[in-house]
Amino acid sequence: MNKYTERLYNGIIKENPTMVLMLGMCPTLAVSTQAINGIGMGLSTTAVLILSNVVISLLRKAIPDQVRLPSYIVIVASLVTVTELAMEAFLPSIYKALGIFIPLIVVNCIILGRAEAYANKHSVGLAAMDGLGMGLGFTMSLTLAGLVREILGSGSAFGVRILPESIQPMTIFIQPPGAFLVIALFITIMNAIGIKTRQRKLVESNGCDGGCAGCAMASSCSKAEGGEKK
Amino acid sequence: MSNLILIIVGAALINNVVLSQFLGICSFLGVSRDMKASASLGGAVIFVMTIASAVASLLYTYVLAPLGMDFMKTIVFILVIAALVQIVEMFLKKTSPAMYKALGIFLPLITTNCAVLGVALTNVQDGYNFIESVLSGFGTAVGYTLAIVVLASIRSRINEEDIPAPLRGAPIVLIAAALMSIAFMGFSGLSF
Repeated sequence: MNKYTERLYNGIIKENPTMVLMLGMCPTLAVSTQAINGIGMGLSTTAVLILSNVVISLLRKAIPDQVRLPSYIVIVASLVTVTELAMEAFLPSIYKALGIFIPLIVVNCIILGRAEAYANKHSVGLAAMDGLGMGLGFTMSLTLAGLVREILGSGSAFGVRILPESIQPMTIFIQPPGAFLVIALFITIMNAIGIKTRQRKLVESNGCDGGCAGCAMASSCSKAEGGEKK
Repeated sequence: MSNLILIIVGAALINNVVLSQFLGICSFLGVSRDMKASASLGGAVIFVMTIASAVASLLYTYVLAPLGMDFMKTIVFILVIAALVQIVEMFLKKTSPAMYKALGIFLPLITTNCAVLGVALTNVQDGYNFIESVLSGFGTAVGYTLAIVVLASIRSRINEEDIPAPLRGAPIVLIAAALMSIAFMGFSGLSF
């Protein structure tokens, strides 16, 4: 895998911004009522992310270190305004559905986070790929959350009814509490998979059965799963 | 008059900023680990959000709207909020060191709290005048404080329970938030 495709893999799977890094939770919870909204929000964030990464990477030698954060905010805010105006003109229905969350892309921690952690240290090409990868990762988790909520909450997928009429959809899932529940479910699944793989690693390296909870050596074992209960 | 009360109650309870509009989730999940910190952050947010709504409303009505620069509002508001947080920080440091110490790290963090920018933008969208904007900013911040303090006290109970491993950490907190959100949906039946 060369370093450009590695960036894509990193953004979509390894460091998925919502599911792994837990960044950008506000838009994830708010706009995931329908799969199509997830795609719209995800792609507009991706556009801003690629552009901001490119601009910041180009200017990385010109911006003095002390004023870098205010400069980034101004750059991101200008790009968001451009995106907002473009969406209002070309995609008015999605613009209306996303509402306040389009201008709020400015304060989405993913964008400033990538500027600070990646774009200001790397070349333009890599920064653009990083933005694309992170953006697609964000779009994917948003769309997935939107799809689950839409199927459970209104019985349809991408606006097309897929459940039979006899099944009453659970409206709670398209209302605010459903957002919290679905994201909690996603993270639980990720955790469950993560704990399984961690246990397998323990079994391979220590020869123990990997169940740290009942293990007498847990307190002194450097590989024990810790940190949850402090 | 009842209109103004409705704005406060609506912003604080019915359309709770965290539980039904999903603004300021990062700090809501991050800081609620600790009861005292949550209360301090709530105090700082009430302070900054009220002032920010006032300044944003004045700037919009007297500068941006007459000049026809409506589209600049996102950039202007975020800069105003960042500058305002700085000024508030310096002012508090000089005049009330005790309060400055209590708020500590939370003041600068508010700049990136999307709830502040969100309220400033929704006020403009809803066409609120100056007084209505200030009240809506204040009400929203009170709602935020209420939500984060309640979640912090729930979490202090959760910490003592034995929770299945995959649910530990973020998931159980999100589920608690979901239950709170259901409870807050009850307020939507309030009418005046």
